[in-house]
Amino acid sequence: MTGTSSLKGRKVLVHDMCLRDGMHAKKEQISIAQMIKVATALDDAGVPLLQVTHGAGLGGNSLQHGFAMASNEEYLSAVTPLMKQAKVSVLLIPGLGTMKELHSAYDCGARSVHVATHCTEADTSPQHIAYARKLGMDTTGFLMMAHLNDAAGLAQQGKLMESYGAQTIYITDSAGYMLPEDVKSAVGALRDVLKPETEIGFHGHHNLGMGVANSIAAIEVGASRIDASVAGLGAGAGNTPLEVFVAVCERMGIETGIDMGKIMDVAEDVIVPMMDHMVRIDRESLTIGFAGVYSTFLLHAKRASKRFGVPARDILVELGRKKMIGGQEDMIEDTAMTMAKERGLLRETHAAE
Amino acid sequence: MSKIKCAIIGSGNIGTDLIYKLRRSAVLEPVWMVGIDPASEGLARAKGMGLKITDQGVDGLLPHVLADGVQIAFDATSAYVHAENSRKLNELGVLMIDLTPAAIGPLCVPPVNLTDLVSQGVMNVNMISCAGQATIPIIAAVARVQTVDYGEIVASLSSKSVGPGTRANLDEFTYTTSDALVRVGGAKRGKALCIINPAEPPVIMRNTINCLTESAPQEKKIIDSVVAMIAEVQKYVPGYRLVNGPVFDGNRVTVFMEVAGLGDYLPKYAGNLDIMTAAASRTAELFAEHILAGSVQLTKAVA
Repeated sequence: MTGTSSLKGRKVLVHDMCLRDGMHAKKEQISIAQMIKVATALDDAGVPLLQVTHGAGLGGNSLQHGFAMASNEEYLSAVTPLMKQAKVSVLLIPGLGTMKELHSAYDCGARSVHVATHCTEADTSPQHIAYARKLGMDTTGFLMMAHLNDAAGLAQQGKLMESYGAQTIYITDSAGYMLPEDVKSAVGALRDVLKPETEIGFHGHHNLGMGVANSIAAIEVGASRIDASVAGLGAGAGNTPLEVFVAVCERMGIETGIDMGKIMDVAEDVIVPMMDHMVRIDRESLTIGFAGVYSTFLLHAKRASKRFGVPARDILVELGRKKMIGGQEDMIEDTAMTMAKERGLLRETHAAE
Repeated sequence: MSKIKCAIIGSGNIGTDLIYKLRRSAVLEPVWMVGIDPASEGLARAKGMGLKITDQGVDGLLPHVLADGVQIAFDATSAYVHAENSRKLNELGVLMIDLTPAAIGPLCVPPVNLTDLVSQGVMNVNMISCAGQATIPIIAAVARVQTVDYGEIVASLSSKSVGPGTRANLDEFTYTTSDALVRVGGAKRGKALCIINPAEPPVIMRNTINCLTESAPQEKKIIDSVVAMIAEVQKYVPGYRLVNGPVFDGNRVTVFMEVAGLGDYLPKYAGNLDIMTAAASRTAELFAEHILAGSVQLTKAVA
């Protein structure tokens, strides 16, 4: 087999997530020294863009999302001056992060941003997208939990973000729920309505093992940016594994500019030894992918399960039924407590005593 | 018993809901509604409910303020026009209850600091934000027991209940609320997070309040204080309900709340909007009681 395809010669910008989405898998505990080690290795392997922040992005340090070992400014200031070719990006979720924090990230060397909203709430992002453009940043509108909107709805939301100034629109499969056909119809619908110069990206999670296949499907219908994470270090069963994606691209003749040998070494020698748990499709992350739940809920649900005695899988299914979305991590403990009460594992609230 | 006459500026959802709340009051009477759009549904509804209306903005109301004895005005427009509205009405001796994020007057959360504000005789009070009204009472309930080093709140709102103004200016909401957790709630540092959830049927407003106490939390005292505070809020927002907690984890105290609205004009899930109109009405009522008793005099601002 030669592995040639209709995508031969297509250029795709690969955006690494292991120092941002990977923070979720590390309970936000990545040290500055580790950040530097990983970022310089990625830079050396030719990864053109890498994201560095708290897992929940700018403003993420909180009781809700956990406190990282350093501030976003400290991470960025440590990493950005060392980059020989790679650009550094940040994540900003309006309602959590603010323009003040974006400005401060820019001052620390960040030059690209994912401005992220839930897939139906794009109109909470105009200030932030406009501000990022004003700073001269490479600006992406990032539609999270994309499986909760249909293709036409996603197209309309993407169009809104484009109208605020976003230069790239992402379909973000936060739950790792989408299948290649879903991805194709969402990306295709975006391609139909966006300006030709507006790029389209896809951010996958590997909860159903579809990260690479979904990314290729997105490219087939017009995506030119792909988020992935070396060794998949990310929330849930991790992101699209970057080194695997690069290898598939190599076979298909898609150009990423990334050195396949070097990136495999980074995965094996740098990232895997850093993992607190093997990032893989265990029964909870499979449940997340199957039920369409926010991938970041994984470790929170496991913690709540230990504390209140309700199986993590049951908590995740209930969160899916209640249609909880990214950012509602507080509702995991709340839901676990309510379920524990119903199952006689926890006494009624203090107030009722 | 005579009532204090009120004007409502802004004929949208909030203004319309206010009419219902004021009509139930023993001391307040809504007499004017001010809009800017002659085709506004809110103005038509207000007229049908017996209020006088103008579509000429606050300037359409000014000539009638003294003749109709308007003493309190609610501003449910936007931060951009509030300062002008307030200046014009204060000159005529009208007390402003500000439901916009303008916050040119002191911030008010009724069970926490309303009594103080009434005794200071202020002429403009700001109602902060829905998340502020729903969470600051709990922060204050912990802070009155012991020092709160850090207060953090997460407000989950149904997508349908969040209007275009809030959406386009989400940072303003974040800054205003975070600031008020400190200034009114009494936490040393504060952070507010907001999530907009589009689920159908719409989700009821939820709030999670976290406090980090400086020393080990005095559990019994905190529980008693929180329970007492919830009862205070329930006096004007009956749907303010404890769902889980307080949970103690080291120095962290977490309280999970839910706010159901009264379902006057706004749907019940929109507890976030209801708690704003209810807090504004409660604030106006306490001022009105004192005005009627002669213990507070509204003074005309010098132009």
